[in-house]
Amino acid sequence: MTELKMPIYMDYSATTPVDPRVAEEMCKYLTTSGDFGNAASRSHAYGWTADEVIKQARHNVAKLVNADSREIIWTSGATESDNLAIKGVASFYKKKGKHIVTMKTEHKAVLDPCRYLEKEGYEVTYLDPEPDGLLDLEKLKSALRDDTILVSVMHVNNEIGVIQDIKAIGEITRERGIIFHCDAAQSAGKIKIDLQEAKVDLMSFSAHKIYGPKGMGALYVRRKPRIRLEAQIHGGGHERGMRSGTLATHQIVGMGEAFRIAYEEMDSESKRIHVLRKRLLDGFSSMEEVYVNGDIDQRVAGNLNISFNFVEGESLIMAVKDIAVSSGSACTSSSLEPSYVLRALGRNDELAHSSIRFTLGRFSTEKDVDQAISLLRTQVEKLREMSPLWEMFKDGVDLSQVKWAAH
Amino acid sequence: MSYSDKVLDHYENPRNVGSFDKEDTKIGTGMVGAPACGDVMRLQIQVSEEGIIEDAKFKTYGCGSAIASSSLLTEWVKGKTLEEAQQIKNTQIAEELELPPVKVHCSVLAEDAIKAAIDDYASKNGAVSDKQSQKKLA
Repeated sequence: MTELKMPIYMDYSATTPVDPRVAEEMCKYLTTSGDFGNAASRSHAYGWTADEVIKQARHNVAKLVNADSREIIWTSGATESDNLAIKGVASFYKKKGKHIVTMKTEHKAVLDPCRYLEKEGYEVTYLDPEPDGLLDLEKLKSALRDDTILVSVMHVNNEIGVIQDIKAIGEITRERGIIFHCDAAQSAGKIKIDLQEAKVDLMSFSAHKIYGPKGMGALYVRRKPRIRLEAQIHGGGHERGMRSGTLATHQIVGMGEAFRIAYEEMDSESKRIHVLRKRLLDGFSSMEEVYVNGDIDQRVAGNLNISFNFVEGESLIMAVKDIAVSSGSACTSSSLEPSYVLRALGRNDELAHSSIRFTLGRFSTEKDVDQAISLLRTQVEKLREMSPLWEMFKDGVDLSQVKWAAH
Repeated sequence: MSYSDKVLDHYENPRNVGSFDKEDTKIGTGMVGAPACGDVMRLQIQVSEEGIIEDAKFKTYGCGSAIASSSLLTEWVKGKTLEEAQQIKNTQIAEELELPPVKVHCSVLAEDAIKAAIDDYASKNGAVSDKQSQKKLA
């Protein structure tokens, strides 16, 4: 299949390349040689065609998650979907209550709207995950109150790839009459989602995480029982008034095609990726002081988040510049900011800093994995030879007892 | 983050990585920084009877700039007297390596490391008062 250029791309959770089949479909809806009409134009064929292809895309997105087409609202991406879901529910149901429950390991697109609502007088409970990254359902139950209107828990975590039990969460929230929003940006197209079965009321999707275009997403809004939202963007009353703005036909078609392909190929693809992930993990397992972050079994196939102890994160990223991966350390400013997700799991700063997230995907190969293993092993060894902490560890010094000259 | 070629060179081919026996009286050891801050630098100097730094070694846990700052420092201090080495300023290191402003703290750490190594050598060799007077001058 399509060869990606160097560095080897292992950052599929950040974004994915658009599948060539998707790109081909999208190109049909841009120029005069294609169908460029506005779906809201009801008086001519240009508009009717656009309306028709958008209907088909809506159907494809709904089908992947076993929902009804009428439950899909187009947005600009999962961030907008999260904002619409959280702020939209908070605003519509504020007379019912002003308490929201979420997790500390949620994406910023959930946490930041929650912070915003706190300033607006809402109260938010941020639950800690267990050390394996999963939510303890008993803790969720005890956080719920009579004035709780919304629970927002993501399906698959973007950093550590762990899968939350959304079916069990849905049972708890439905029984209490609380709305359940779930960010599925990292799970759609990777693991099975059945919205007839799981009692999720609102679900956010992104196109570019599953080989569709950037700038495109959707929000699932349940019809039975009917979930109401206060629109966040007002205009022409598109998307049943929930999200105005001319529909981006080519983007929507791209998302629809990406979801259609995912429906067809998800099972075989995730099996193949799981084998690659296992190969990657096996390649590191004989190394000392290597820690997998998050539960390894309850995890999406493509994700491996691993910490190499006694190696500093930024130097590690520099050392592996031939592989495109993410680091748990955001060292772009003078102050190091280790990943808040890894911190919430109880990882210390050093381990959080020295973590690397590998995310494999549709175009990853065995050769990519083998190269990554060999490069990582060589570079970690080199950096450890240079690390006074590694030397102290090998000499049996308990580093937690050392008095450091902090600066 | 874009690094200068000099930083990349020191990072990829670090000079004088290693350790001396820190109990040896000819050796001065300075270890500065903390793991939680993301940098730990250990600099060791081997000093002749005439007070000349004959050899230097380092180990650093830290970003590329921290590794480069300590690597460069080991090159600079070799052949210098303790007094001369004491005069090395972080600004000289930052300038030589063209460190971006957010990485200047790495050069500060390197300056602290050589001062700590000299202090350690001096205290082992009973020259505490000398060292303190030098510190005042610096």
